[in-house]
Amino acid sequence: MRAVMSTTLHRVLPPVALLVALLAIWQIATEVGQIPAFLLPSPFAIVDELVTFLPAISSATLVTGGNALVGLIAGAILGILVALIAAFVRLIDSLLAPLVAAIAVVPIVALAPILYSMFGANSELSRQIIAAIAVFVPVFTNTLRGLGQVLPVQRDLMRAYAASPFQIARTVTIPAALPFVFTGLRIASSLAVISALIAEYFGGPRTGIGSFITTAASGSNYSRAWAYVVGAIALGLLFYGITLALETFASRHRRR
Amino acid sequence: MSTFAVEVTGVSRVFQGKKSTVTALDGIDLTIEAGEFVSLIGPSGCGKSTLLRLIADLDQPTAGDIQVFGTPAAKARAAQKYGIAFQQAGLLPWRTVAGNIALPLELHGVDKTARRARVAELIDLVGLGDFATSYPDQLSGGMQQRVAIARSLAEKPELLLMDEPFGALDEMTRERMQAELLRIAAESGAAVVFVTHSIPEAVFLSDRVVVMSPRPGRITGIVPVKLARDLTSDADALREDTAFFAAVTAVREELHGVPTVERARGVDLR
Repeated sequence: MRAVMSTTLHRVLPPVALLVALLAIWQIATEVGQIPAFLLPSPFAIVDELVTFLPAISSATLVTGGNALVGLIAGAILGILVALIAAFVRLIDSLLAPLVAAIAVVPIVALAPILYSMFGANSELSRQIIAAIAVFVPVFTNTLRGLGQVLPVQRDLMRAYAASPFQIARTVTIPAALPFVFTGLRIASSLAVISALIAEYFGGPRTGIGSFITTAASGSNYSRAWAYVVGAIALGLLFYGITLALETFASRHRRR
Repeated sequence: MSTFAVEVTGVSRVFQGKKSTVTALDGIDLTIEAGEFVSLIGPSGCGKSTLLRLIADLDQPTAGDIQVFGTPAAKARAAQKYGIAFQQAGLLPWRTVAGNIALPLELHGVDKTARRARVAELIDLVGLGDFATSYPDQLSGGMQQRVAIARSLAEKPELLLMDEPFGALDEMTRERMQAELLRIAAESGAAVVFVTHSIPEAVFLSDRVVVMSPRPGRITGIVPVKLARDLTSDADALREDTAFFAAVTAVREELHGVPTVERARGVDLR
């Protein structure tokens, strides 16, 4: 038990120490170097704003996080369903492959202004759609790859058992694909947050972190803009942490 | 009405490639009696695994006929007349040992109580009593292979098809597994078709050793093995017996085609 705790400590301590050191250098540099706030506000100034505007920052984080979550869930469901269809119907796969490749290359947030005019400037829907499209691609490609993971020996075995296609899907193909689905989700989670947030830069209701970062920056409240960025970082880490934990859980018992 | 476990008549299998055709099997005739232990041995590419796959109906012959317990191989597969194990255990990593052994029973709609009882029986049979709830990644290679063998026995088949099931194991584990397999086969009374690279393994296990040669895959000879085998006999003593060495020599000569002079002063085999 003590050994476990000391190894955890050994792993966690160095990066934390580095972070603290960097923050200290940052603080000293801004004070000694007389760096103007519009270039780089000091960490203390940012924390000060963070505390003062905590209610506003957390409600903005909730809005952006909510959009990202809706997009993540909708995009993931769509990605998994389409991957299932593509895996079991060869024709659909060959029809979809170039389309998905095209979607993967398009910078999805570029659609934001168009969607705002389609769904109205007061709707969060556009942001959720953007997050969903961004999520769809990695979930789809990873799920499709996962569905192709059945080993030849397992295929032979299921044939020897005279298993029906439905039984094969349920007992082998889908369970084998699960860790890949969660890898796709983990990659998609960061994309969901980033897309939902960046989409706010292009208009729409002034509710999320992205909107407030632009407002604060254009109003010369640089420390406040940074405080909202801290909220965005926390949101991104939260999404990543949860999906990483899910992925680790789904991949336990897998051969290394 | 045939009483044979397996009856292979005039079977050939030709793989049609883009550039070349490979005759994996040519003119194979082989009958295996119920309860008989037969090994297929030969160098790589002699078609021994292909022959096993044909019997299992995992592949179809280009010509010829295969009967399993008097029915065509395809029907025998659909009716679950055989159990099968491969060189790779092929366990499902997300299922426990018990879950893996239960797989064929589950697929064929055996009810839960009967399934649980049978799985417990099989786990004891292969000596994995403490590992029922373990996952494959927590087991050694030998233990995984034992799970695969238990799984192949789940439905009490009268025919066991085994494709180098001990190929990836170390020598000590391998010898122990061979002794266990002999015991299990004797207890269940099943016929076994066993593909192997190893001459001592084939001799130790089999009633008959079928020797094959490559390009095209043919049966070059069948060596009957008569060892003083009974359930109480010590496996190590059997391996050190002169009859064992004599049979090993006979199979080796059949495999390598030894000059007749040597064969003349060879050991008496019976």
